[in-house]
Amino acid sequence: MDLTEQQIERYSRHILLQQVGYEGQLKIAQGKVLIIGAGGLGAPAALYLAAAGVGTIGIIDADVVDITNLQRQVIHHTPDIGVAKVTSAANKIAEINPDVRVIQYHSWFSPDNALEIISDYDFIIDGTDNFPTKFLINDACVMAGKAFSHGGILRFEGQTFTHIPGTACYRCIFPKVPPKNLVPTCSQAGVLGSIAGMLGTIQATEALKYILGIGDLLTNRLLIFNALSMQFRTVPVKKNDNCPLCGTNPTITELVMEEQPTCELKTK
Amino acid sequence: MKITVNGEAKQYEQAVVTVADLLVLEQVASPEMVSVQRNGDFVATEQFETTMLEDGDEIDFLFFMGGGSITDFLEL
Repeated sequence: MDLTEQQIERYSRHILLQQVGYEGQLKIAQGKVLIIGAGGLGAPAALYLAAAGVGTIGIIDADVVDITNLQRQVIHHTPDIGVAKVTSAANKIAEINPDVRVIQYHSWFSPDNALEIISDYDFIIDGTDNFPTKFLINDACVMAGKAFSHGGILRFEGQTFTHIPGTACYRCIFPKVPPKNLVPTCSQAGVLGSIAGMLGTIQATEALKYILGIGDLLTNRLLIFNALSMQFRTVPVKKNDNCPLCGTNPTITELVMEEQPTCELKTK
Repeated sequence: MKITVNGEAKQYEQAVVTVADLLVLEQVASPEMVSVQRNGDFVATEQFETTMLEDGDEIDFLFFMGGGSITDFLEL
């Protein structure tokens, strides 16, 4: 595989980087990234990965664009209301960069399709909004030995970490899903739109670093930021021997959608 | 007692004996919404009541954070 003259021009600011160069851009062109959820986090991640020239971008989302999405899901535009998010995202990616092959999955990520879908990708980005799916992504990636980026946002805060085989997983930090209604979602508590961009672009950066094999990934570290104070904090986290998935005596050996227990506690 | 909580050095005048006590003082509404690291090691939720704190401990509260798209598409 060679880059065309036009591609060399398009990616010249990458190629200028000593850590990327022509060879690095070729790696990006051969890279395959799956984005689960074309929402607040998936939208900015998809835009930057497309512009970067990632060869294959898979997007899975069963939803359609709603007017309440437009405040932060920047890949979807006003005329897209009512359009499938995967279609809307694929259209924008094609406009940004026709080099990218987009694979659309107009469905939910579930225990039935998880392993099959992720098997085609080098790196997975968790852009979902609900805990059962976040845990499912973690479990599937750990079982399949896949690298992924976890991301969460709420109000003015965000948190993210990267997993590669052998490093701490989501369940090392949070062994099980939180009770329903105990942790508010963005639809309940709100989120500043630009926070999604801050976090989604960090996730895209981790994907590119992984593909390029450069720098230090956000492994065994949880990055937490608060945009009101604009403070970023990186908390070291270790692989947990008691982890129900990757610990010494795992209790989770197959993929399930872990239901959130109900909880009467008021969080307001 | 001096305890560093989420990177911030704090002085407690109250008796802070266990992780559970600290959760109350820090107004964490439920032990199920937080993951706790003491000096870099995770403390299991079931051990919050029995894990004693010592002067100079470094405690991290890690909270669940969802986010992403707006719809709670799975009514679980």
